[in-house]
Amino acid sequence: MSIMEYNGSAVVAMVGKNCVAIAADKRLGQRALTVDMNFQKVFPITDRTAEERIIEPKTFSNLVSHMLYERRFGPYFVEPVIAGLDKDNKPFVGTASDNLFGMCESLWEPDLEPEELFETISQALLNAVDRDAMSGWGAVVHVITKDGVITRDLKGRMD
Amino acid sequence: MDFAQFQQAPVSVPTEHHSHGNRWDPYVDNGGTSLAIAGEDFVVVASDTRQSNGYSINSRYSPKAFELSNGSVLATTGYHADALKLVEHIEQRAQLYFHKHDRAMNVSAMAQMLSGILYSKRFFPYYVFPILSGLDAKGKGAVYTYDPVGNMERVNYQAYGSASALVQPFLDSQVGFKNQRNADPSRLLERPQAVKLAIDAFTGATERDIHTGDWLDLFIIDQDGIHQTKRELKHD
Amino acid sequence: MAPSMESTTGFKFDNVRRNQLLGDKGYKVPTATKTGTTIVGLIFRDGVILGADTRATAGPIVADKNCEKIHYLAPNMYCCGAGTAADTEFTTNMISSQLALHSLSTGREARVVTAMTMLKQYLFKYQGHIGAALVLGGYDVGGPHLFTIYPHGSTDKLPYVTMGSGSLAAMSVFESRWRQGMSREEGIELVKDAIEAGIFNDMGSGSNVDVCVITKGNTEYLRNYARPNERVEKEQSYKFPAGTTEFIVPRPAGVAAGEESTAMDTSA
Repeated sequence: MSIMEYNGSAVVAMVGKNCVAIAADKRLGQRALTVDMNFQKVFPITDRTAEERIIEPKTFSNLVSHMLYERRFGPYFVEPVIAGLDKDNKPFVGTASDNLFGMCESLWEPDLEPEELFETISQALLNAVDRDAMSGWGAVVHVITKDGVITRDLKGRMD
Repeated sequence: MDFAQFQQAPVSVPTEHHSHGNRWDPYVDNGGTSLAIAGEDFVVVASDTRQSNGYSINSRYSPKAFELSNGSVLATTGYHADALKLVEHIEQRAQLYFHKHDRAMNVSAMAQMLSGILYSKRFFPYYVFPILSGLDAKGKGAVYTYDPVGNMERVNYQAYGSASALVQPFLDSQVGFKNQRNADPSRLLERPQAVKLAIDAFTGATERDIHTGDWLDLFIIDQDGIHQTKRELKHD
Repeated sequence: MAPSMESTTGFKFDNVRRNQLLGDKGYKVPTATKTGTTIVGLIFRDGVILGADTRATAGPIVADKNCEKIHYLAPNMYCCGAGTAADTEFTTNMISSQLALHSLSTGREARVVTAMTMLKQYLFKYQGHIGAALVLGGYDVGGPHLFTIYPHGSTDKLPYVTMGSGSLAAMSVFESRWRQGMSREEGIELVKDAIEAGIFNDMGSGSNVDVCVITKGNTEYLRNYARPNERVEKEQSYKFPAGTTEFIVPRPAGVAAGEESTAMDTSA
């Protein structure tokens, strides 16, 4: 078993029209044993609604990249995904990443509006984690627009 | 077979080629993807035709879905040589059946027989993941899936092969209507819809799985027989 | 030996012991993303041409369909990278900044041999642990130069070179068609065909062709010079009607999920 599968997870981010979404499942495990069914995997870096930008997503992405490469010969066992408003790609990681690749490749299309993006990212994540025993137990989705962040807890299979 | 030989026989299917040091390993994974979607009175079967090993392409058109003599289609993935031998094996048995009973096997009989054939090689399996598709006695679409040692299940849809992890959740969503409010998960697809999904599943898989691509063999099985079409996929 | 936790520059090794322990316990420690790649370079009448495919893989899965493998070193020098993605990216980046400082302090344009020597000395120091396989090309006071640099630090100087998992496919094209004193158009066409040989015959390589033409006092970066692998249009759209996904009462914007104790403190 790989150390990357120790906790299990699925994290996905997508771009839409003037919006981005980031979503994650809520399971935290120790191998096959589930120890937390409501574990936070998405963390806010800047509060875009409150004040001026503190750090640009691209700048922060470079910072994280250097932090990881510094430990090239003794890496952290993490695969971060960064989403922010500016311009982005659509990366996905975790134990369910192959499933997510398949879902995103077929479901995603350019220029989705925030509500459409919410449905697409939610369906991509839910159907991906249902085929991965190491991820699941519900999910949380954040859609970031210029007006603020929409956060929703999804109802998913609890097994 | 004496006990020493018995112990040495492989009990699990190796997935990597020549990776066990000096131990004899006769299996290779030739990659590729197959899927089947059952409808009310039809089945759609699709397989890409790339046959590969490691980073190399052995053949761009090496079909791995086969029309059988009784009007069903066997889609395979795994080790191509074993798939060819398995088809021979099935057809031999089907011919014996034909001569004995003076009629072709129906799909459910063949499905049961295939399970038996696979299990008969329990300790030196055919390294093949078969999907057998046809119409059942009532004319309904039937899809039977197997693991390499004969565990069988009748399903409404299935994807197997190198891109199965990419395609199966997509089918769960679009064929099984999973995780959708206001949707009936047991609803069966119409034929044009099933064909569209099969095509989109493969163009998506070709984008992200390096072992899937080149050409797509599409079969539609209905009362009139098997209709085969060929589509181009990306070659990179 | 205590790992140097105080060091603020260079690599940090404080996780090494932990990871070693986890590895010994039987957990498979992940290896860095190694990209199957086709990268090439050739010398033509007026300079050098570099070429690369744009596929990045994670095992059998395509991670990025249009990544950039031709890295900037200096205005007159570019470098194609194969091998471990992070190593090629960071190594070329670091050498690039050293070259910029070098040019500033000498007041001259850096030479290609200088970059080559810096790269090989850096890679040799790490004894192959930094998995960067490079094709370095540039034009300086001595004319056009083309080198290959291997992860252990050895180098070759040749008029036409290929590297990566698609190197054999690409070299078969060069071996049959390269000749001395080719024109710019002929050179670009040959580089394109060599990369396409890799794209179509090596499954580790794919998508598009990037080309970079470096001549005296001029560099032309032809991003996606050829796009022989456009995705075909989907048979249908997969937009879901609003309300398809069931969710629990929406929380007010900006409030994080879970208990406060697990939330990351970003107030400082």
